[in-house]
Order: sequence, then structure tokens, then C-alpha cells
Amino acid sequence: MTANAERERFDAQVAKALGDRRLQDWLEDFQRLGQEAHVEAMGELDDKEAWRDALSELRAHTVANLDRYVDEFTANVEANGGRVFFAGDAAEAREYVLDVARGIPTKRVVKSKSMVTEEIELNGALEAAGMEVVETDLGAFIVQLTGEDPYHIIAPALHLTLEQVRDLFSRESGEDLPAEPDVLAAWARRRLREKFMTAELGISGGNFGIASTGTVVLVTNEGNGRMSTTLPGTHVAVMGVERLLPDWEGLDTALTLLTRAGTSQRISTYISAISGPRRDGDRDGPDELHVVLLDNGRSRILGTKYEPVLKCIRCGACLDHCPVYGCIGGHAYSRVYSGPIGAVITPLLEGLDAHAELPYASSLCGACVDACPARVPLTELLLALRADAVQSGLEQQSWRAGMRGYAELTARPAVWDAAVRVAGALAQPLAPGGVLRSAPGLLDKWTASRDLKTPVRRSFRRRWRESGGRVDDGRGS
Amino acid sequence: MRASLMVTCLGDALFPEVGESVVTVLRNLGVSVDFPAGQTCCGQPAFNSGYVDDARRSARAFIDAFEGSEHVVSISGSCVAMVRHHYPGLFPEGRDHARAEALAARTWEFSQFLSDVLGVESLPVTYRAAVTMHHSCHTMRMLGVREGPERLLGMVDGLDYRPLARAQDCCGFGGTFAVKMAAISAEMVERKAAHVQKTGAEVLVGLDMSCLMNIGGRLRRRGARVAVKHLAQVLADGWRIDGGAGR
Repeated sequence: MTANAERERFDAQVAKALGDRRLQDWLEDFQRLGQEAHVEAMGELDDKEAWRDALSELRAHTVANLDRYVDEFTANVEANGGRVFFAGDAAEAREYVLDVARGIPTKRVVKSKSMVTEEIELNGALEAAGMEVVETDLGAFIVQLTGEDPYHIIAPALHLTLEQVRDLFSRESGEDLPAEPDVLAAWARRRLREKFMTAELGISGGNFGIASTGTVVLVTNEGNGRMSTTLPGTHVAVMGVERLLPDWEGLDTALTLLTRAGTSQRISTYISAISGPRRDGDRDGPDELHVVLLDNGRSRILGTKYEPVLKCIRCGACLDHCPVYGCIGGHAYSRVYSGPIGAVITPLLEGLDAHAELPYASSLCGACVDACPARVPLTELLLALRADAVQSGLEQQSWRAGMRGYAELTARPAVWDAAVRVAGALAQPLAPGGVLRSAPGLLDKWTASRDLKTPVRRSFRRRWRESGGRVDDGRGS
Repeated sequence: MRASLMVTCLGDALFPEVGESVVTVLRNLGVSVDFPAGQTCCGQPAFNSGYVDDARRSARAFIDAFEGSEHVVSISGSCVAMVRHHYPGLFPEGRDHARAEALAARTWEFSQFLSDVLGVESLPVTYRAAVTMHHSCHTMRMLGVREGPERLLGMVDGLDYRPLARAQDCCGFGGTFAVKMAAISAEMVERKAAHVQKTGAEVLVGLDMSCLMNIGGRLRRRGARVAVKHLAQVLADGWRIDGGAGR
């Protein structure tokens, strides 16, 4: 998509979300409840700041030594009887999974929720090869049926109401289903059970990969992850190459914070640790295990000022705390990653020129930084991206000229003084009460929703100068 | 003790009465106040928009202006955060870096100066009004100013403090964000203004005039009768002179 088309798509999605009063109310409620639960869950830890420090250090260490841990992880997965494929980009990853699927051969694929497979657009590739692909996480299943992108990193169907899901499932089932969560979930479970039992290939993501034992760790709540990875004869796990951990001690730290930060749970319903395919004597498990480690732009970030973004464990806490996400929801950002992490990672993975608006889709309030369990400095990274956007000439000429002119003024106090005086004089007839309800130029964007305070006739510096520093009218003692 | 007022660009051109109130309060507390005339803007609008070179020009002039200051006290937490957190990085080495570090260490947000430098424990202030407060993101998160301002308000006689729901939420100002992403900013400030009105407060107090300009502009547009004031204005207006009654 061209940069202009992407900007138009962004603006259209923002307008759509802001114009939907029901959605606005729901996003406010969702964030309020989510934040309260997050604070409580994190607050249960004896010293949550020490835990965050530990996770931040652990992730920074792993990322800084990624080549070593990739080698160790690969050797251990292979020693366990699995195979590891290092995919340089999305196309390589898709081709590898397609080859595995064709080799089985595969008619039906069941999938456990995975943002990385969204990133590489795997479903479309498998479907184009004639396979049926079934998302089995309830939220992912829902948005697969609606044909939408995930709305939230860990809650893909967050934006839909119970009634919308009822209508969707009723249409799919040909039955008249009630708007009752239990009944709807039961229908989905029956539908998915048939798919699990007959799929030849199961695809999952990977929350973590443990280098010391070659283990893929899945964190899920619905049991679908375990079904997807044990029932089909072949399991392919696709994960970002940065999602490794050195060892099981590291997993303790990472899991403790992932579930608390992400879903405000002490622990998720299921934690699956997959170390190789089925062994002799195992009652279940796939005959083949493949792990795809996806680069797709990640190694380009290593060693740059953006490296700290690779500490991210995709818990989604920054989305839940971001007031911008709370207004525009998940579809404005990009196809895959939303919220503050999406505003940072999407331009880094797909190119800043294609997503130059995303780093500016933040008020830099820092709520995301406070919420992040891995201490990813999201606002600093957004600032760095903005600086790169300016350096690369991606900002409009009018902004560039305006900023340059403003800097000139600030560097010359006498000129500044005169400019403030002129602005104050000009403002008086325009805004006799000191306030404009409708402003010219770019400022009309401000006055569309707010009154605008205008410059005063006598600036502070004039008052100070003219009173000889007695601006307090002698009130000060 | 000596302090230099950092009135900020907005405070100079739009809110001179706030700077005056800071001068009043500081002088009442025995601080000698000056106003370095070389100051203009800290450069935050440019820096936060990605214009690092332009921001550096502003910052250089700003550092020059406050060269001889013992303490620098500002009416805006986000401008202090700019000086404290970003100035040293703008000048990564040499004498400029040392000057930036030194200025960062002696630059304070108004309430922070009262709490942390002056160690204010009581205030001879009476202010009879229902008051709520916006904490401001950069003041709260970058400067770590969290309980101090409410503690200061707690020293004021007659003040009816109304806690603000969702107080930690950004008001949607964000500098150029308010114009570049105007529709999103508008929804954020609408939510903030609605929460402010729900408190029933007559006065919204803050520590950063840019946020207050934003929320105040929305409150006015909503037709709300809520005055917007900097903490220094409340303290200056309510200061009991010679055993007087205050406000």
C-alpha cells in the first residue's frame, strides 16, 4: 500500500471508531476494567518494580546475545527430534510452511492464535493452495468469520458485541442461537471439535522459546492451543526470532509478568511446554514438529537505537493503558500490531515511509511505559521514529517551515518579544474576550472542538520589564 | 534562596497572570525571584515532533538564558521534563553536555520546588472553593510528581477537594498532537472535561498550562462553569496577607 493510501486508511479507521458511540463507551469500560485488574494483578507481586527490572534485563540480555541463543535453541530442538527453519522474511516463512503442508498432504489446518502468522499472511497462502484454515482461538475464530483483522494483540474480537457474535454464529450454523455466551461458546466448541479431529496440520505461534532445552512455550486460556498442537500429525510453531529465553529460570520471570500484565491472571489456564514431537510411549502429540523462527526485519533492528523494542513479549498491556488506543481501537494502526507497540514496530518492520503517521498517533503521555512489564521505552522509541521521519523528509513542508521559523524566534529573545507583541496586538480585535471560537489556518483543527486562548496584549516579559520586576503588585512580601 | 522564573512560551504570551502568581508565592516564601530576559521556549514543541535540530537551537538559547540561575522554577511540568530528560541527550558531549546536565539538575516544576526544595509543610492560604486537579502526564510520569500537589492543596484552608475520576489519563494535548491528530485529541479532551464536570468542582487546578489550556478550551466549549487555574494562582489568590482572610 502506498504511503498516501495508508494515511487515508488510517484516517478513515480513526473516523469510523470515533463516530461509533457504542464502541467509544465500550473501549472506555474495557480500559477502565482492564487497568484496574492489571494494577491489582501486578500489585500482588512482592516487588513489581524489581520483577519488571528482572524481565527487562533478561530480555535485553537475550536480544543482545540472540545469535548464540538461536544456535542453542536450534541445536536442542533438533536433538529433541524437531526441525528448525530460520525464515529471513515472510515469503520464506510462508513457503516453508506450505512445503510442510503439501508434503503431508494437507486438506485442513487448525490454528492456535498467533500474531506472527498474521504478520506473514499465512492463512491466505494456505487457502490459495486449496487448504481449509480454521482459527481455533474463540476470538480469532470470530474475526476469521467476519473477515476482519485482529482488533487487539491478545483479544482479537474485542470490538464486537455479544449480539454481533450471536448473529454471526447463527448465520454460520443456520440455527437461531440466543445471545448467551455459554450457548455460543458451546456451538463454537462443537464446530471446532470436528475440525481438530480431522486436521492434518496444526499451526501455533510461540510465546517463548527456551534455548537450554529447545522448548516452545504456549500460553493459552481455551485449550485450543493444546488441541491444535497434539491432535494433528504435524505441528508447526511460527514465532518471532526474538522471542527466545535462555532457560527455565527466565521463563519463570517471563510467565509471571506475561499473564499478569496481559490478562491480569496469576497464571493462564494452560501453559504448554513442547519439547519435540511424540516419543515412543507418548500417548499423544504430533509425529513431526517444525519451528519457524521468523526474522522479517527483526535482525535489522539489532544494534540500533530501536533494539529495546525487541524486549517486547506481546502482552498487550500498552494497548490496555493507551488513551489513544482507547479512542481509536485496533483497526486504525495497521493490519497486525496495534496500540503503542504497533505504532513502533510496524514502521520498523514494514518501513517508516509507508507508516509515517503511526509514530505521531500518540500524545506521548507515557501510560504505556508505566504499564510495560519489560520496560520497553515506547515513548522514547516513538520520539526516535519521529526524528527519523523528519530526517527522511516525510514531514509536510508546511510543518518543516513552521518549526524552523519557530526555532529562529526562540533563539532571538528580542525578535521573540516583538513577535509576541505583534501577535497580542493582532489578537485583540479578533478575540476581544481573549478567546477564539473559530481560528484560521491549521488552528481550525483546534477550534473544531475547543475554544482557543489567544495571546494577551501585554506579555509577561513586558509586565516584568515595565514594572521593574514588581509584577506581583506588591502582594509578595 | 534565589530562583529564576521560567515562564514558558505559553505563559509569556497567553497566561502572564500565572507567572505573576508564581512570583507572588515564591516571594511570600522568602525566595528572591528574578526573570532572565533571554528565555523564550524550551524547544519541546519541535523536539516532540521530531525536529531535533530545531529543538537544539531553542535549547541552546534557553541554557544560555539560565546560565547564572541558582534554581529555575517553571509553571509547566512538561517543559521541566524537556530540560531534565532531553537536554543532556541533545548535547551528547563536552561543555554543552555538562551545562545541560547542570541546568537539568536545578530546574523544577513549581509544586516540586515547593515540596522538594523548600520543604513546605504548611501554607497560610485560605481558598473557599470546590477544587479538582489534573496531574499532567509528564509532571506525573517523567518528573515523578505524584502526591506532592495534593499534599499542598491539603494545606489550604477552606478548600473542598474533589478527586478526579481517571485522573491518570492524558487530556489529549500532546503538543502538535492536538493539531496533527485533532480528532483523537478532541475525543480525549472531551472525556477529560466530562470527568472534570462530574466532580462538581468550580476550579480545575493544574501544574501545566498547556494541558489546562486544552481542558479549559473544551470546558468553555461545553459551556461549563469551571475556572481553570494553575496551583500557583490558587496559592497566590488565597494567601492571607497580614493575618487577612484570604479568598
